[in-house]
Amino acid sequence: MTTVMVHLVNSTPELGSMRIGIVAESSAGETRVAATPATVKELIKLGYLVSIETNAGSNASFSDKAYAAAGATIVSTDEAWASDIVMKVNAPSDAEIGKLLDGATLISLVAPALNPELVEKLAARPINVLAMDAVPRISRAQSMDVLSSMANIAGYRAVVEAAHEFGRFFTGQVTAAGKVPPAKVLVAGAGVAGLAAIGAASSLGAIVRATDPRPEVADQVQSIGGEYLEVVVADEAKEVSSDGYAKATSEAYDRRAAEIYSEQAADVDIIITTALIPGRAAPRLITAADVASMKAGSVIVDMAASQGGNVEGSVAGERVVTENGVIILGYTDLAGRLPNQASQLYGTNLVNLIKLLTPGKDGQVVLDFDDVIQRGVTVVRDGEKTWPPPPVQVSAAPAAAAAEPVEPPAPKEPWLTPSRKWALIIAGLVAFFAILATAPGDLPQHFLVLTLAIVIGYYVIGKVHHALHTPLMSVTNAISGIIVVGALPQLASDHAAVRVLAFVAVLVASINVFGGFAVTRRMLSMFSKG
Amino acid sequence: MTVFSIATAAYIIAALLFVLSLAGLSKHETARNGLNYGITGMALALIATIFIVFKDSDPLGIVLLVVAVGIGAGIGFWKAAKVEMTGMPELIALLHSFVGLAAVLVGWNGFLDTHGLTGSLLKIHYAEVFIGVFIGAVTLTGSIVAYLKLSEKMKSAPLVLPGKNYINLGSLALFFALTVWFVITPHLALLIIVTALALGLGWHLVASIGGGDMPVVVSMLNSYSGWAAAAAGFLLGNDLLIVTGALVGSSGAYLSYIMCEAMNRSFISVIAGGFGIEAVASGDTEYGDHREITADGVAELLTGASSVVITPGYGMAVAQAQYPVAELVRKLRDKGIDVRFGIHPVAGRLPGHMNVLLAEAKVPYDIVLEMDEINDDLASTDVVLVIGANDTVNPSALDDPNSPIAGMPVLHVWDATNVVVFKRSMAVGYAGVQNPLFFKENSQMLFGDAKERVEDIIKAL
Repeated sequence: MTTVMVHLVNSTPELGSMRIGIVAESSAGETRVAATPATVKELIKLGYLVSIETNAGSNASFSDKAYAAAGATIVSTDEAWASDIVMKVNAPSDAEIGKLLDGATLISLVAPALNPELVEKLAARPINVLAMDAVPRISRAQSMDVLSSMANIAGYRAVVEAAHEFGRFFTGQVTAAGKVPPAKVLVAGAGVAGLAAIGAASSLGAIVRATDPRPEVADQVQSIGGEYLEVVVADEAKEVSSDGYAKATSEAYDRRAAEIYSEQAADVDIIITTALIPGRAAPRLITAADVASMKAGSVIVDMAASQGGNVEGSVAGERVVTENGVIILGYTDLAGRLPNQASQLYGTNLVNLIKLLTPGKDGQVVLDFDDVIQRGVTVVRDGEKTWPPPPVQVSAAPAAAAAEPVEPPAPKEPWLTPSRKWALIIAGLVAFFAILATAPGDLPQHFLVLTLAIVIGYYVIGKVHHALHTPLMSVTNAISGIIVVGALPQLASDHAAVRVLAFVAVLVASINVFGGFAVTRRMLSMFSKG
Repeated sequence: MTVFSIATAAYIIAALLFVLSLAGLSKHETARNGLNYGITGMALALIATIFIVFKDSDPLGIVLLVVAVGIGAGIGFWKAAKVEMTGMPELIALLHSFVGLAAVLVGWNGFLDTHGLTGSLLKIHYAEVFIGVFIGAVTLTGSIVAYLKLSEKMKSAPLVLPGKNYINLGSLALFFALTVWFVITPHLALLIIVTALALGLGWHLVASIGGGDMPVVVSMLNSYSGWAAAAAGFLLGNDLLIVTGALVGSSGAYLSYIMCEAMNRSFISVIAGGFGIEAVASGDTEYGDHREITADGVAELLTGASSVVITPGYGMAVAQAQYPVAELVRKLRDKGIDVRFGIHPVAGRLPGHMNVLLAEAKVPYDIVLEMDEINDDLASTDVVLVIGANDTVNPSALDDPNSPIAGMPVLHVWDATNVVVFKRSMAVGYAGVQNPLFFKENSQMLFGDAKERVEDIIKAL
């Protein structure tokens, strides 16, 4: 593949740097904004000029003054749209597409897979469009993954909404007025949103259970305080996702899963469903019968309501109360309900993408199509549709196929089997006995001293603190210089050669004695208590 | 009460004091007392022996004694005062070689002056001379090679001669044969041959072990130097030498054992060498991408943390980063952040080396913990800083049964909320194994010289 580098047209060459325009959101109910004062600073650091549409951040509690303080210029709507790079949250309306300059770059959520007409309309203009929701799911791109950062917020907010509607504590308590059992929460789908919901609900003290077709998430669920309910299906290979998203599941699996949902619905107080399959309608997990089996006052948050809903009877964007008193929340703007937080994370995702696009940190966007992330997000390039990108297969999860054939090498039969070991020990003892029994003079006595000293040494050394092992070595250096005691009397020998050798021996052994103790003293004086 | 009975009494007291000396090293609080016991014991033994020399010797012998001890003490004090703590392994290896040399010389003297022994006692004496010289000579050259490798005056890569294990085993067999021959017909030539054989064996034994296994080798030589002293004790019929030699010998053996445990390797496999050469890094595995972090980012992480653990490796000492690290620790502790160190048993070039290096940089010893003491706490730690360590924090030791380091106990740093790895580059560690830690979602890499990076962090704080 040849390198394709495109230097995007710079409409304000005299300034040197490209201008980024942050426009206010036009969609009803949208509270987020594509930049915060903190991210504006980052963009300026990358060499860009930043213009903010008046009151763009007011819904997210970011004032124009704060943006100006961060170095942005506050401009009118039209001026903001007439920037080299336009950044916003939601996809633009038809009128807004018209406002873009020729050669401009638009960065926003596009959902190209769900909105093919929108992509066509965008491609009708000579512009570049980067879809933040098309960032490939690879580790390197995590810092730009808007879907993850928004799902995280939404999962948290889903629990807050449920807690708000729920007429009881989440946590169990024993009070003077009686015992309160903890609430039971079922989270369907342990993706980013699901995990955030599990974490939030368990921090509030609820008992949390979670389901997910990918068994590899069990550890993650447990690590944040949830209990993973595995759908056990005998004849089905384990579902391992290769792109990091959950996939559609088999029939046998669905049947067993449905049973689990029915059992759980009758038991739990709160259900939060997060099951979304990219590019498809959301799977139906909770039936009307399941909802009917729930206790009055129970709450269901259907986070997939915008794509048809996981729960029968949920309405996108609405709060519904069923006949038996179960509240079903179909809010689609959960992330937007924390506008300040959501803007901060979305803005940071944008900064990270811009960082990738600005290798020179000189305020110039360079699109490199050899980079899977840059290729992946680009939906339109110079008015030419580049969607869908070639598929990316990267390690979001360990592939089961690769893990299975690799078996641990068969443990080698140790040469030293227990019987051989005993035979050796006995043989050694017999040999030792034979030597001692036949040895003349005071040899046996010396052996007695040796063996006792080894035994004592073993116990004494075993107790030495790990931190003092180096001083231990230098002390043993010093005391093994005791060999000087053997060499000293040899100095008195009548034999000249013996005297010379003894002289050298005494000299080197003395180095050990004095050097060993001195260096140990020096080391020990360094150790001090805090 | 003769001079000899006084000397014997002094030797027994000295032996007892040496045992107390090693026992004192069990705790920081008693370590200095332990050292004083050792010095007292040594002084007692020396004074008693010097009395014997004064009684027996002509004036020349006394002059030789004073000169030899004087020069030895001078060199010893000078070395001890000027050695860098990073250079401790070299010094210790050098001191081992001195014991080896002294043992060889004492053995030779035992041959030249047989004290009028006869019959089977003389035969045993000859066997003792032979064994003492052999152990001493192996210790001598082995320690010299270890010293050269540690001080990088010699290539640290293992020397691989064809059939090296046969060379070692053959030398041992030859030694036994020569011993028998020497006991029957004690010729000076045989003693020369066995000295040369042992010198060669010691050289080859250590030369064929890689630089990274030097901690085990130094402990092993510590043990040998003890056995050399014990052999000299047999030769001279001196129980003090036997006791001391046995204490030192078992100390070195124990240290070698725990180092091998910490690497999940058998002592034999270390001696046989070869780790790292055949390590087939499974390089084709897709590990994903690593993330980088700046010094400012680390400073921010640290400021927001309530508990921090630093796991240093020898790389920290190589970069001389222990002083800025200690400074960083002081700053963080002043902010009320709980900072501790987690030391892997094989971190550094000697058992306990890292503790000494940190102590020299004035890190209080009570926040420096061992791997087993800290592993369970890592899960509740906010930030782990991995400085100059690689294989000792490699999760594949636990996860990947095919890894060359599989089964080696490691620090579970990845359990912490954030891990920052200080590294020069993405190169693999000593074992030649890629470290999946670098690619974990909670790890971030801080590239560059550890010392400079830590100084940057201090500035950012």
